[in-house]
Amino acid sequence: MGNLVFDIAHLLAGLQVLVSFLLLYQDRLGALIRVFALQAVLLTLSVAWQAYAQGAPHLYVTAAIALAFKAVLIPIALDRMVTKLGIHRQVETVVSVGPTMLAGICLVGLSLVVMLRVTAGEADALAREDLAFALSVVLLGLLMMVTRRNAVSQIIGFMSLENGLILAAAGARGMPLVVEISVAFSVLIAFIVIGSFVFRIRERFDSVDVDSLERFRGGRG
Amino acid sequence: MNLIALLLALPVAGALVLALVSDGRRGARINIVACALTFLATLAVVIAPPAPGALGRIDGLNAVILGLNGLVVLTTSLFSARYVVHEAATGRLAGLRLRLYHALYQVLVFAMTLALVTDNLGVMWVAIEIATLTTVVVVGLYRTPEAIEAAWKYFMLGSVGIALALFGTILLYVAAQPVVGEGPDGMAWSVLREKVAGFDPGLVNLAFVFLLLGYGTKVGLSPLNAWLPDAHAEGPTPVSAVLSGLLLNVALYAVLRVKMLVAAHPDALAPGPLMMAAGLFSLMMAGVMLYRRRDIKRLFAYSSIEHMGIMVLAFGIGGPLANFAGLLHMMMHTLTKSALYFGVGAAAQIKGTQKLSDITGLTVSHPALGWALVAGGAAIMGLPPAGIFMSEFLLVTSSFAAMPALTLALVAGLLLAFGALAGKIAGIAFGPPSPDAGLAAAPVEVAIGPMVLHLALVFVAGVWLPPALADLLRQVAAMLG
Repeated sequence: MGNLVFDIAHLLAGLQVLVSFLLLYQDRLGALIRVFALQAVLLTLSVAWQAYAQGAPHLYVTAAIALAFKAVLIPIALDRMVTKLGIHRQVETVVSVGPTMLAGICLVGLSLVVMLRVTAGEADALAREDLAFALSVVLLGLLMMVTRRNAVSQIIGFMSLENGLILAAAGARGMPLVVEISVAFSVLIAFIVIGSFVFRIRERFDSVDVDSLERFRGGRG
Repeated sequence: MNLIALLLALPVAGALVLALVSDGRRGARINIVACALTFLATLAVVIAPPAPGALGRIDGLNAVILGLNGLVVLTTSLFSARYVVHEAATGRLAGLRLRLYHALYQVLVFAMTLALVTDNLGVMWVAIEIATLTTVVVVGLYRTPEAIEAAWKYFMLGSVGIALALFGTILLYVAAQPVVGEGPDGMAWSVLREKVAGFDPGLVNLAFVFLLLGYGTKVGLSPLNAWLPDAHAEGPTPVSAVLSGLLLNVALYAVLRVKMLVAAHPDALAPGPLMMAAGLFSLMMAGVMLYRRRDIKRLFAYSSIEHMGIMVLAFGIGGPLANFAGLLHMMMHTLTKSALYFGVGAAAQIKGTQKLSDITGLTVSHPALGWALVAGGAAIMGLPPAGIFMSEFLLVTSSFAAMPALTLALVAGLLLAFGALAGKIAGIAFGPPSPDAGLAAAPVEVAIGPMVLHLALVFVAGVWLPPALADLLRQVAAMLG
């Protein structure tokens, strides 16, 4: 029985890493948003599984927040925003897909090596491998944030990063404040989404972007 | 009633009241009253620390920063009351936005206080997140393209920073859990400190790296500082003063708490060298960047990066003397930098621009403001007899004892920044005065009082520290290890 608990937890966490890779090579915003919703559903399942495995009912609240907010509300809002701004066609990348995927593989390798080595003495195997997967999701989210130019895909990168954090927090046995932290993150994300919608931020502000250099950097120094 | 609860309740009540007050002038007055009450409560907490409770625990370290916060929040609210009159008259900050501004000011005070008093690393993280969100909204308040860009940048970098810090916090909990057990104790700093020796060293190391990166972003350490100059330049000036003077300190406080934990672990990596490297790099980078600034608020924002670097370096060296220098530097920098922002805010309003090339000869056209800026500039450059000279002198001496090569780099960085600032401040203060903006419609009321008070404190501290304060700083320096 104990093995089954581990296996399902690892399966769900591993699937999230896989979905993070899927996120990396989507070239349409609509598809990107749907893949993100899939990751949020997987997060919900793994948090709920942790709640069941650890006998920690408060984690069900976190799972419910993840499902309602990140798998349903945010994707719908982003989808409407993308349609309204008319930017659903192409995702502009700074680096092309091939090198990005390679970098992603390296990051996952790195996080596995680091986490598994560091936690080698640790008794709690559940937390140990969960943390390795969670760090992979975090790093892949970070990678997505730096390789995308479009604000919507940056937001999705950040949310995917946050999925990794919630995964880690849920995997740490008996960690206090997980619900509070997921609420705090939800508020943060709501702010980001509303902000980018209100101010119609299509592109991230990129210091490499010549246009924004000329427009904003000119007299300010 | 518990004093800590009162200290936290006051700004919350202030924020609620201010959210309901539509009149800007009345809002500014209520803001001052709320800050004054908070200051009194802070004094009570600092002088007679209450017993540790569920809400928080006061030891010397947070008492020092709390006291500093209470004072600067109050003086900034005084400055802000004058500042917003002009902004309201020009329509840059009026109606609902002004209301939001005042309410958020109190929310920010609440978040910083909570981050300082709490004993729980998770609560501290949530508080710093609230502070980030609040300042993002305030920075974007002017709704100009530049302000929105600044807010967005701050948002993204700040969010990534606090996300990394959260991962570090989780790792720390995972390290603590086998020793401390499940539940809130695994995040209570005081419990962790006692039992840290039994934690898995690898996890503690990794947690420290994440926490240093995460909170270091909020401190403005180079190369994670890209948000800082924009956020300082594009928001309302009182918020620049609070950001530079206080919020950076709160983030540094978080780093220090973690550093104390890691340093208490016998097998974990020594946190000092990492912090020394980060601090020195920030000092150098900021020193070079200072030369090319053309915007007055950005100039002082880069100077904040420089000084935060000096503090991180000091705490990285460690030991009673360097820690003492770091603490003193923190206090002196906060007082000086917020005073400078008060002056800069008024100067930018008078001239109607933030461009350095259009702000010249202030001592001729506006003697009081101009000379106050000169005094503040002399202090921030580290000229004697200002308090910053004292703290930098102490730091140079103690770094020489620790590592002579380091002293060379430190002094080079200090001189680099000194040269840049000297040239720019001379330009602002002297020479032919640039024309004022049309002030007939919206006159500027200069709040010279708070500025003079801060600078007086800085110059007095340079020659004489009250024995009680010096004792407190010595105790905290010993505690920091």
